[in-house]
Amino acid sequence: MFSVEELKRSLLVSFWFAFLTFPLIVIKVDPIERTVAWRWDNMFYVALGAFVVSLLIRVFNVQKQRRRERIASGAIVEREPLIQVILREPRYLYPLTGAVLIFALVFPALFSTYQTNIMITALMYVMLGLGLNIVVGLAGLLDLGYVAFYAVGAYAYALLNYHFDVGFWMALPIGALLAALFGVLLGFPVLRLRGDYLAIVTLGFGEIIRLILENWNQFSQGPSGISNISRPGLFGIDLSLEGAILYLYYLMIGMVIFTIFVVNRLQDSRIGRAWIALREDEIACQAMGIDKTKTKLTAFALGATWAGMVGVIFAAKTTFINPASFTFLESAIILCIVVLGGMGSIFGVIVGALILILLPEHLRALSEYRMLAFGAVLVTMMIFRPQGIVANVRRIYRFKGSGEGGGA
Amino acid sequence: MNRPVLQVTRLSMDFGGIHAMSELDLEVHRGEIVALIGPNGAGKTTFFNCVTGIYDPTGGDVVLNPPEGSHSIRLNGLKPNKVTEKGMARTFQNIRLFQNMTVLENVMIGRHCRTRSYIVGAILNTRATRREEQETVEKSYRILEKVGLADMVNEFAMNLPYGAQRRLEIARALATEPFLLLLDEPAAGMNPNETRELNELINKIRDEGHSILLIEHDMKLVMSLSDRIYVMDYGKRISEGTPAQVSSDPAVIKAYLGEDIDA
Ligand SMILES: Nc1ncnc2c1ncn2[C@@H]1O[C@H](COP(=O)(O)OP(=O)(O)OP(=O)(O)O)[C@@H](O)[C@H]1O
Ligand SMILES: [Mg+2]
Repeated sequence: MFSVEELKRSLLVSFWFAFLTFPLIVIKVDPIERTVAWRWDNMFYVALGAFVVSLLIRVFNVQKQRRRERIASGAIVEREPLIQVILREPRYLYPLTGAVLIFALVFPALFSTYQTNIMITALMYVMLGLGLNIVVGLAGLLDLGYVAFYAVGAYAYALLNYHFDVGFWMALPIGALLAALFGVLLGFPVLRLRGDYLAIVTLGFGEIIRLILENWNQFSQGPSGISNISRPGLFGIDLSLEGAILYLYYLMIGMVIFTIFVVNRLQDSRIGRAWIALREDEIACQAMGIDKTKTKLTAFALGATWAGMVGVIFAAKTTFINPASFTFLESAIILCIVVLGGMGSIFGVIVGALILILLPEHLRALSEYRMLAFGAVLVTMMIFRPQGIVANVRRIYRFKGSGEGGGA
Repeated sequence: MNRPVLQVTRLSMDFGGIHAMSELDLEVHRGEIVALIGPNGAGKTTFFNCVTGIYDPTGGDVVLNPPEGSHSIRLNGLKPNKVTEKGMARTFQNIRLFQNMTVLENVMIGRHCRTRSYIVGAILNTRATRREEQETVEKSYRILEKVGLADMVNEFAMNLPYGAQRRLEIARALATEPFLLLLDEPAAGMNPNETRELNELINKIRDEGHSILLIEHDMKLVMSLSDRIYVMDYGKRISEGTPAQVSSDPAVIKAYLGEDIDA
């Protein structure tokens, strides 16, 4: 089944892993007792694990290769994945959407307030994911500082509320606009950058915003943050805490639907196609008459708009914000959502957000290993399914009399 | 009165110390098929990149004279998208399709610079947007019919066979409504059958009123298609004339040294 060559390679991988993890896994220093424990058995497990995983990956690759060859030679026909079919065919998609919607609407009645609260957070990440999806998934601009726009929205509401008593509904568009402005502001200097360079600069931008908020005490009250931010008002009625959560939940459902609606319209529009063309090939995109500058800036601005809106909602939900909520970790989580779910796919991003936010909440025991799990998930995805859980589907056009109909 | 649609004078391009192209003069007249040939590394693709704004040439002038209207457009310093907007579109030697978009969408991208709808219009799906989208789809489909890809509209570009990818590149360029089309080795990698179809296609495109400038290594194709031929070597123009004139020019034969021109 395995050639000696393959076994050898896996053995090498396992040795290398054992060596790399040696200081962390084997040596345990106890500074109080002043003893060093050598946990050699751990090394054995790591080596064995690495060996097995490396073999599995290789088997997977071989099978994939074989499958591809058989498809190419016409021995088997490539079947479209079930999810793709469901997403494309209205007769499956509409009932499914309806069911999900009904479930979402009755959710608070079925589950506790605590659960509803977690769901609100998850829905916020759905929105953030869909916003970042415009920048990363559609336009292909790797933005690692997305959280900065989230912070702009949150602080916009917090400060406006603190100083001028501005209400939630007033702050929502202001926060969105301000974030869009920051999106353009970030967009200009990075117009010429691509890939890794873009990632590094946006990462820096995110950190700069956070550091400003942390250190400019007169403006943002520094690390102690801003408290007593008003919850969203419902025609001046004072809501109980539970009522407020319920209200926020339905508000988020509405916002998510609005987001899906907008992104869906955009991705098959003239500007959406331009974003994808930019992602696919920058030079060809320009040569086909697309203004690179304008296209990039609109992607940054639109992505940022959504982060700004969620920021306002976040401030209203927690009633307290400080810079610690806007670390690089947040950007990383949102990016994970997009990559895991499937770049450019709305449905994928929703699934990704729900998995990545709800799972750690329900598996509290695992929450210590959250980052480790994120890392593992991302690496696994890159190896086995680089297109994400749900691959991006493009719109099918039908023409009369052409014989083509995409399976019709 | 009959001004050339493309007039290039003393165009030069240096890469550090390398003179990839020096003082090249070239003209394309209305309705002409002009070929630009030369050995590998002669600077042909560099020429395309300079006139389409992908490179900023170190010297010389590029002027477009649209067949309609009397004004001339100086292209120097214009960005590639502006050049395309002015009416000159190109294909790429190393195919540069949008691989993860469908065939139809690739062509629809070409119509970007001829359409207007933007974010708000797209979100509200206004009547103007719908009309424009409809028109984009129809025009794109008609172009695909012309190049013979109408039965693959919903395929991803990356799944097309090689020859079809080259034709899709042409379709995409045509969608920008150019009066001058630049083709960089459109027959590269094609079998004789596909090359013959390409020959017909290029003639058809010319008959519809486009002027064509093409780079090509397939001499049979060049000789049968071209009205005039420019020959480059080491970044310089070494010959110009009708196919018959060029193929009997000693300088050309010397440049190709051993490579026989089987016209
Ligand atoms: N971006 C660049 N930087 C440095 N040198 C370049 C660059 N682009 C082209 N060159 C050089 O310019 C010369 C001409 O290249 P060009 O691609 O124009 O040749 P070509 O005539 O299109 O050849 P082919 O028939 O192989 O396509 C080559 O020596 C090439 O190495
Ligand atoms: Mg070339």
